[in-house]
Amino acid sequence: MSNFPFLSVLTVAPLVGALVVVLLPRSRPVLAKQVALGWSLLVLALSVAMWVTFQVDGDRFQFRESYPWIPNWGVNFTFAADGIALVMLMLIAILVPLVILASWHDAETSKRSVPVYFALLLVLETTMIGVFAAADIFLFYVFFEVMLVPMYFLIGSYGGHQRQYAAVKFFLYSLVGGLFMLAAVIGLWVVGGKTFDWVALSQVDITTGTERWLFLGFFVAFAIKAPFFPFHTWLPDAGGAAPAGAAALLVGVLDKVGTFGILRYCLPLFPEAAKWFAPYALALGVIGIIYAALLAVGQNDLKRLVSYTSIAHFGFIGVGIFAFTTQAGTGAVLYMLNHGLATGLLFLVVGMLVARRGSALISDFGGAGKLVPVLAGVLFFAGLASLALPGTAPFVSEFLVLIGTFTVNKPVAVIATLGIILAAAYVLWMVQRTTQGTLNPALTEIEGMRKDLNLREKVVVAPLIVLILVLGFYPKPVTDVINPAVQATMTDIGRTDPAPTVGGVQEASR
Amino acid sequence: MEHILTYAQAAEPAGTVAYAPADGLLGNVWLLVAIPLLSAAILLLLGKRADRWGHWLGVAAVGAAFVLGLSFFFQLRGLENRSVELSLWDFIAVGDFRVDFGLLYDPLAAVFVLLITGVGFLIHLYAVEYMAHDEGRRRFFAYFNLFVAAMLLLVLGNNYVMLYFGWEGVGLASYLLISFWTERPAAATAGKKAFLMNRVGDAGLAIAIFIMFATLGTTQYDEVFNSVGGLTATTVLVMGLLLLLGAAGKSGQFPLQAWLPDAMEGPTPVSALIHAATMVTAGVYLIARSNPIFSANSTLQLVVVSVGALTLLIGCVIGAAKDDIKRVLAWSTVSQIGYMFLGVGLGGAAYALAIVHLLAHGFFKANMFLGAGSVMHGMKDQVDIRRFGGLSKYMKITWLTFMAGWLAIIGMFPFSGFFSKEPIIAAAFARGDWTSWLFGGAAVLGAGLTAFYMTRLYWLTFHGPKRWTEDIDHPHESPLLMTVPLILLGIGSLGAGFLLATSVPDWLTATAGLGGAEEHHDAVLSHTAVTVISLLVTALGVLLAWYLFRNGTATSPQPAGVVVTAARKNLYTDAFNVAVFEKPGIFLTRALVYLDNRGIDGLVNGLAAGIGGGSGRLRRLQTGFVRSYATSILTGALLVVAAFLAVQAGWLA
Repeated sequence: MSNFPFLSVLTVAPLVGALVVVLLPRSRPVLAKQVALGWSLLVLALSVAMWVTFQVDGDRFQFRESYPWIPNWGVNFTFAADGIALVMLMLIAILVPLVILASWHDAETSKRSVPVYFALLLVLETTMIGVFAAADIFLFYVFFEVMLVPMYFLIGSYGGHQRQYAAVKFFLYSLVGGLFMLAAVIGLWVVGGKTFDWVALSQVDITTGTERWLFLGFFVAFAIKAPFFPFHTWLPDAGGAAPAGAAALLVGVLDKVGTFGILRYCLPLFPEAAKWFAPYALALGVIGIIYAALLAVGQNDLKRLVSYTSIAHFGFIGVGIFAFTTQAGTGAVLYMLNHGLATGLLFLVVGMLVARRGSALISDFGGAGKLVPVLAGVLFFAGLASLALPGTAPFVSEFLVLIGTFTVNKPVAVIATLGIILAAAYVLWMVQRTTQGTLNPALTEIEGMRKDLNLREKVVVAPLIVLILVLGFYPKPVTDVINPAVQATMTDIGRTDPAPTVGGVQEASR
Repeated sequence: MEHILTYAQAAEPAGTVAYAPADGLLGNVWLLVAIPLLSAAILLLLGKRADRWGHWLGVAAVGAAFVLGLSFFFQLRGLENRSVELSLWDFIAVGDFRVDFGLLYDPLAAVFVLLITGVGFLIHLYAVEYMAHDEGRRRFFAYFNLFVAAMLLLVLGNNYVMLYFGWEGVGLASYLLISFWTERPAAATAGKKAFLMNRVGDAGLAIAIFIMFATLGTTQYDEVFNSVGGLTATTVLVMGLLLLLGAAGKSGQFPLQAWLPDAMEGPTPVSALIHAATMVTAGVYLIARSNPIFSANSTLQLVVVSVGALTLLIGCVIGAAKDDIKRVLAWSTVSQIGYMFLGVGLGGAAYALAIVHLLAHGFFKANMFLGAGSVMHGMKDQVDIRRFGGLSKYMKITWLTFMAGWLAIIGMFPFSGFFSKEPIIAAAFARGDWTSWLFGGAAVLGAGLTAFYMTRLYWLTFHGPKRWTEDIDHPHESPLLMTVPLILLGIGSLGAGFLLATSVPDWLTATAGLGGAEEHHDAVLSHTAVTVISLLVTALGVLLAWYLFRNGTATSPQPAGVVVTAARKNLYTDAFNVAVFEKPGIFLTRALVYLDNRGIDGLVNGLAAGIGGGSGRLRRLQTGFVRSYATSILTGALLVVAAFLAVQAGWLA
């Protein structure tokens, strides 16, 4: 099984599914949905097989495949996955079927084609898988840019209020970031001996000045993608306007390309520059944690609120990456997974609430828990995961990021820890204003608000809840996969964990 | 400051802490956490299907945990090393950071387990009847069981991360139960307030844990305690203060006390179990458990003692001015936990005294809260003691059991408070320098004030003329399911003190690391003198309250002097929080929302408009025509190709 070309098959499979779906007659929307769901489940099954095949103590990069593409320029279709990419691929495979199921009726309210909506989701899956599986920088860049297209149409054609504005903003913003990266990619190709192969490029010595410029080119693109403060303003618009399912994928997966890119490209390829820029990146991260959390407290739109919580969470991830310790780095990658599960769940359940009410404004709710207790309960659970309560998966990642950062940078860790207080504030206040307190009389008159979660919706949220709880109590299977990749990255940049200041503890006690 | 720190460093480190592996019966100690957790999960997942019998499952789960707790207790008694630990699985293992999902069962944990499950069982039983007419009763028991599970994890964890796990878990349960009647805005707000103020403390606890890992490389209790002696005095002080911040948040101590009285918005059994008997004493547990850290720095101990003394007085003063039966009891809880902080802060043998008082308080305060619930049950859920009076004739059992609780809390011989509180007062007088007078004086003053406000509460409720509202004609005694727990807890208030005071300190000495090396100080007052003085002051408080309120009280708010007005307003601590944190916080978020929309985003849009050649063109971009995007993608692609061609041609080389 280990010779099976997992990564190329996984990349192509959803695209084929999308073609099948789009070729189905427009008059058979249900069939299109079923085919899309089935196809995404196949991808999930294949991903599980890949997870099982992955050898935790094996090579850093596994499942490597390479096919020539443009030999003159040294461009190849090269795929490979380390533990970090594997975790992200797994997250994609889990989220897409759930998003398809959650979006079952979403496309019907727009006047656009239903099959196309689901085909777009599958195209998006192809590009997302490709971007994490690519081990050729040009290939990565292509996926990085092409990924925008399906998401652009998902927001612009199927979104809500102000969808055009949001879609264009998302597209242009990312495109601008992409141009910076393009310049850096070309620059790297020039100084790196005209190759795009990651392994070859990671061996190249680059002069300090060039290295910093190249780092910056990549970093700007990734910081916009993630997004880090102050490049974040496109996300609340996009997250607010996108259909809930697409929004879940947007913040759950697409944005992780930014942090993944930093881990895969910025740190190993430009280690000296990474160290030089680290204080600034840490500052951006910690500002983002506090700033976005305060903004989340002040939002009156549920989807924008969730978007801002995401920006705060990306601050944690950024801090974890640039602290350069094993704990913080592993915590950051685990955070990428857990945030995908928790915020994915939050976006999906907010979508269910908004679909019922026909409005995302918090002030249009009030006391909804009385009408839809199960939905309110799931919203609360997603909120708890978002504020990183112990017992939910995000606690482990947040704690790892903070404790790992504390060993090397106390002020940053302490300020970031204040973020956990603000997280409680935005989650609980949101919950209070929507589901608690006196029942808003307008709600009782709305047909949808009288219906609690149906079976389909329960099937959507249940796997995420289970995963969040299981990884909250037993995160080891995932940390064991991430850890070697993070340690390899640490070796790339030449940093080791600081020893405890009081030595000889273990010997004294054990 | 300097000389205190150097003095602290000279203190003896505690003896080596070593835990034995748990085997045999004690290998099942995880069941204590698992059973209530499973029950909570069943109750939540089954939903309405469990409505008919769910409460009994909840009661049975805690009952089973109590029985297990008892058998584990007797098993532990027979062991040589009475500290056993059980590693369940690797919770976190990343680099050198290793956290065990593990439990520690030792004498300290064992008494907490008995308190939580024993008192918890009685309160669960009581709640079956108390919540009988509430449609959310099953949900209530689910949360109640969740609380018990989290609280047991808190006291059973074998490292600080496990403690934090349980710590936030009980915070969640507390939030869910305070805001149980979510449709009441006051309840929802009180729950949020409790969670937020607790999170402030939790942040402190978290940073303390970070310090442990950064300096000692571990968070396991035994490893931390054995190596704490190698830390500098400053590190110990900072770490201890952060632990204290966490403890103050959970236990409603100054400056994080404001949430606890508001927590009375929850159903009364919640107030009894969580906000009186168990969860709010978690801070005392934390300090007692961490005593090798606290004992290592006398400045730190001084701070703990000061927080305890200050809070016990704050609680008394405010409690004396309140008219809501549950709020008076809540402030008395704040005050009594102040005594416990005083005890654990004093260190040495006083650790055990604080735990004895904690256990005794668990009984008599749970007793009084359930008594208050019984009164409310009979008085149509009213809580204003100005509108009670003369209830002793109508609710004999509630009256007698409440009387036991009242005599216990004011420390009257032979009730339990006498045996548990008075030794703490005596220990406060035994610090050996002028601070003995300060802290001993505060403790004695507190005893007098406690006698005053508790007598006021007791007398206005059960004696004197009836001052009932018109809709009440014949208050009834509560049914058996509520009075039986009252009677049992009443007996506990009467008899437990002597038993606890004579047995628990010995039992606790087997706790590895507890107590530490004690320095002998001469008491500034003899123990007998302290006993006589505190009994006299108590009698004075009782008599004064009786004299003032023997004929009842006015049923409407009366004008008052500066002190009483301040006390009614919680000594302006709430106003301070609103003025310093809440209002500026809200202003800040609003300002930032404006800044983000107009400033940062405005800059971005302005930039885009500038590049695009004015806003008109930007607007045209937003028409959503696919072809304009196709054009932009094409432009991008052309740029790429051109760049490559340029490189190929060697223009850039």
